[in-house]
Amino acid sequence: MSEPLLRVRDLRVQFKLARGTLRAVDGASFEVGRGEALGLVGESGSGKTVALRALVGLLPRSARIAGGSIEFDGVDVLTLDEDRRRALRGRSIAMVFQEPMTALNPVMRVGEQIGESPLVRLGMGRRQARARALELMSLVGIPDAKRRADAYPHELSGGLRQRVMIAIALSAEPKLLLCDEPTTALDVTIQDQILKLLLSLQEELGVSLVFVSHDLAVIAQACKNVAVMYAGGVVETGTVDAVFREPRHPYTLGLLRSVPDVDGVRGRLSSIPGTPPDLAALPTGCPFHPRCPFVVDKCTSGEFPLRALAGNRATACIRDDACAEDARREPVVANA
Amino acid sequence: MGAAAEIVAEATLVEHRRGFRRRWYRTPTFVAGVSILGLIALAAAAAPLITTHDPVQQDLLHTLSGPSWSHPLGTDDLGRDEWSRIVYGARTDLRVAFIAVFFSFLIGTIIGLLSGYYGGTVDTLASWLVNVVVAFPFYILIIALVFVLGSNTRNIYIAVILVGWVSYTRIIRGEVLVAKRREYVLAARAAGLSDVRILRRHLLPNVVTQAIIFAMSDIVLTILAIVTLGYLGLGVQPPTPDWGRMAFEGQTFLTTRWELSTFPGIAVVITALGLSLLADGLADLLRPE
Repeated sequence: MSEPLLRVRDLRVQFKLARGTLRAVDGASFEVGRGEALGLVGESGSGKTVALRALVGLLPRSARIAGGSIEFDGVDVLTLDEDRRRALRGRSIAMVFQEPMTALNPVMRVGEQIGESPLVRLGMGRRQARARALELMSLVGIPDAKRRADAYPHELSGGLRQRVMIAIALSAEPKLLLCDEPTTALDVTIQDQILKLLLSLQEELGVSLVFVSHDLAVIAQACKNVAVMYAGGVVETGTVDAVFREPRHPYTLGLLRSVPDVDGVRGRLSSIPGTPPDLAALPTGCPFHPRCPFVVDKCTSGEFPLRALAGNRATACIRDDACAEDARREPVVANA
Repeated sequence: MGAAAEIVAEATLVEHRRGFRRRWYRTPTFVAGVSILGLIALAAAAAPLITTHDPVQQDLLHTLSGPSWSHPLGTDDLGRDEWSRIVYGARTDLRVAFIAVFFSFLIGTIIGLLSGYYGGTVDTLASWLVNVVVAFPFYILIIALVFVLGSNTRNIYIAVILVGWVSYTRIIRGEVLVAKRREYVLAARAAGLSDVRILRRHLLPNVVTQAIIFAMSDIVLTILAIVTLGYLGLGVQPPTPDWGRMAFEGQTFLTTRWELSTFPGIAVVITALGLSLLADGLADLLRPE
């Protein structure tokens, strides 16, 4: 239990564009322990999805990994050749996509799609793969699996489709499940069911989760640890409890304050001023400094790597005390 | 979605899936096309049973005779039975057209899949070849190829396939370029499936519909090409019956024995009509929702 399952260090992914180099992921570092769930939060364009794609080696052709390392189970996957990386996909690291309608093959019966990996990756026979598919369908809570296995994706509701996606992801018994906004496309009631399903699977199968979302409530419910991303970099990590109660990066604080608060802990709903930076022309210094309420002169130049803090947390902010102070003055989370 | 709405939605969708099996007989074009082609194919297959004469048997005592009980459509200038020759001609022309189109379809689809999926050098090369072939008019290129290669059945196959594959490559390549950006392809790759499996099981079934529909029209074009070649004397060699050759040979006697040219022509038209109706019907039935 000492060695984490996944350790990403200083990952950099760049896209070559006509107008310059776009730094989609710029020095992201995080870890996922065995059987643990990590939430990856950040607004659109903060590099969450690109980071996930880099983990499975499915970046678009225009992207390039410019630095850093991805260690999975003690092996640096970036040094592996394409065949060995493909062997990892599905078998060790599987992915659940955001939009279950488009991520399922529209002209293949869902039972076949779930049984495909057992058939071709695990070398099962046709009948065995079918039995395995039905078993997985019951595992992810699809009622009447026998009948549903013969359905096409468009015949299923959104929630069932997402359950099918999860069954497919689990079909080759991976150790790590990457969930790219798995509940965003669903109704709120279904969101909750899918979330509970993922958590119960994590417990039952001991599979680790990386949970990408911009929904802080989802992260709070699903994950033990969280990594906050901004402009391609990880700016704060720690346990969800600690980070959400006392954020030590002003971006995290801003995110938490911009969530509508039904418990009435806070008086007003605030937003982060300004817009996310252009990833092809990042500001010098801390990328958040143009929008930061605690900015000082030192923030405008130099590097801002993650700094370890007490309590197993880390932040990239040099004014984390001021930030924590502000959070104490006006709490952001109910029953904290 | 409410539970009731969900049940309704599911019911209509299940209805749609069973669509092909349940709807085909309610698509008149499909039924008409299948019936016409079925009759022609049946006639071609059962040729010895429904004809009274050997199609190449000459009878120089009864040349150019009009319709009679023993020769329903009369005889040609060598005394051969016109009806028998038309029926056996269906065997020749349909067989050549179906086989040639089948291989065009196969080769064109594979090249289109690879070119669309991998892009890069494969795509550049394939697209260049396609453009070269497309730059020439279809018939002229086939005629020129047969003329150069020499006119026999094997070379007709070669010429039709050399020219025909490009249409399928263009259709499939275009569809793959769109489909490969869909998330299910990414999901298949994320599951660690091999490229061959992704192409065969995930992309092909999603892109092949247009090509199947086009293949029906392509058979019509190919039959016309074969008939044209026959008419120009470059087609299937005599005495094997072929509608094009028959139309050509009957031309000399058009004023006295118009049946000799006209009936092979009608046979071509009916076959083409059947295939066109089938193509329309298939387009209706296979159209993705």
